[in-house]
Amino acid sequence: MNKLRVRQLWFAATLLLSLFLMLIPLPGPLTPFKPYWPALILLYWCLQSGDRVTLGLAFCLGVGADLFDGILLGEQALRLTAMVFIALRFRSRLRFFPMWQQSLAVLGLLLNDRVLLLLIRVFSGDPLPPPEYWISPLVGAVLWPFVFLILDDLRARLRIHDT
Amino acid sequence: MALNRDDQSPLFAPGVAGTLRLIVYLALACVLMVLDHRGGWLGNVRYGLSIVVEPIYRIAGLPSQGFQAATVAFADRQRLTEANQRLREDLLLANAKLNRMASVAEQNQRLKELLDTQHSLSLNVQLARLIGVDLGTFRHRIVLNVGARDKVQAGQVVIDARGVMGQVVEVMPTTSVAMLITDPNHAIPVTIERTGLRTIAYGSRAGDMLVLPNIPVSADVQSGDKLVTSGLGGRFPPGFPVGEIRDVAQTASGTFLSAQARPAADLDRSEDVLLLHDLAEQDGPPALAPNSGPPSSMAPDPNAPPPAPVAPTLPKVTSPTATPVPARAGSSTTPTGTTP
Repeated sequence: MNKLRVRQLWFAATLLLSLFLMLIPLPGPLTPFKPYWPALILLYWCLQSGDRVTLGLAFCLGVGADLFDGILLGEQALRLTAMVFIALRFRSRLRFFPMWQQSLAVLGLLLNDRVLLLLIRVFSGDPLPPPEYWISPLVGAVLWPFVFLILDDLRARLRIHDT
Repeated sequence: MALNRDDQSPLFAPGVAGTLRLIVYLALACVLMVLDHRGGWLGNVRYGLSIVVEPIYRIAGLPSQGFQAATVAFADRQRLTEANQRLREDLLLANAKLNRMASVAEQNQRLKELLDTQHSLSLNVQLARLIGVDLGTFRHRIVLNVGARDKVQAGQVVIDARGVMGQVVEVMPTTSVAMLITDPNHAIPVTIERTGLRTIAYGSRAGDMLVLPNIPVSADVQSGDKLVTSGLGGRFPPGFPVGEIRDVAQTASGTFLSAQARPAADLDRSEDVLLLHDLAEQDGPPALAPNSGPPSSMAPDPNAPPPAPVAPTLPKVTSPTATPVPARAGSSTTPTGTTP
């Protein structure tokens, strides 16, 4: 019972942390290299305990992120929902990929996410973004093994495995 | 890593229910986006939820604050001394200029009173500080630490020591969000200082430059020309430096010249900024002259009262913490040609 609560707390804490990381700015020239943290953390939870991550949760997290960055309500909700849907659909296969293949899959998901974002922005009348726009998914894919291993290791240390 | 397979995660068979839920959520998100894009009620929602959002902005701003504090703490003595020396020289220079301008400003004020115009050289400003928060990739927006409680309104102009930075687009109780002039969705009416040509500077795609896409081919524009706000449109008061033209080229169609300009303000380095209280002339026809025509006692229905008198000449800084800082229009030659 207590363990369950700790597990839920840890789950919520990582999601909140991802929103924080999204808001914290990087110093000037590094800005385009910033990965899309909520997506990475959400993907980790998708693969790790797929029954806890649902489309509704992704939607809510996206709406929360939209409230924070305050541009267009529903933009990140749509992107995260779409990504979680794909990840859940292929979850059983993704979990048994070796790490480099998983990274490639994450790269694909993040690129897809960027394309969605591009579509949304172009539809709402923004001009096409500069080429640096496409760096972020690559950084996300490179960081993926570390994110995965660190979160997994922390989970093992906190002894909050799924039963 | 336990293999917990159940009906929720089939290895290959696609689920119909999942797809249906996806469509519902996507539709919901689209409806939200369209409503928000059309009605812009995200601002109201955020204003309501600002109790949650604002503390998180403050906390998320802490790392960049700490980084700056560390930079100062670990900067060597030499650099600090140099910076101090440079600032002192700047201050001396600025004060000297200011003293010279004070007499001119007074004279200008007198002349303008004679001419009965509403213009004034005074600045009514409010100090604000940036909060280091990243509002999404390639969104040129900044968060300021003043809000509705400090009487900030949407549309106020944000400047720094060198020029115009942008304008406030969203106000929450104790913070506000400003759009920078380099945002692709932003446009600012400008005048080329040397020739007086009026045009419009847009934000650029890449984000650190301004673009002036529709200058007539016959116009005299060179790189190095200074841009100042023209005051048209009633949002930005005239005479503030905006940028400097870097290169001029013909557009692909050949009907216009297109120029690139570098913003004058330190868009990514400024820490303290100034918020102008409304100074620009309002849209529409000018207000009625106060003493024209026969005396009001003779008229059956007196005219509307004359507009409120302008602020006194001396600049006023309304900030809870700051000592009064003399601030003036940064440019020395406004389109009205008032100062040397």
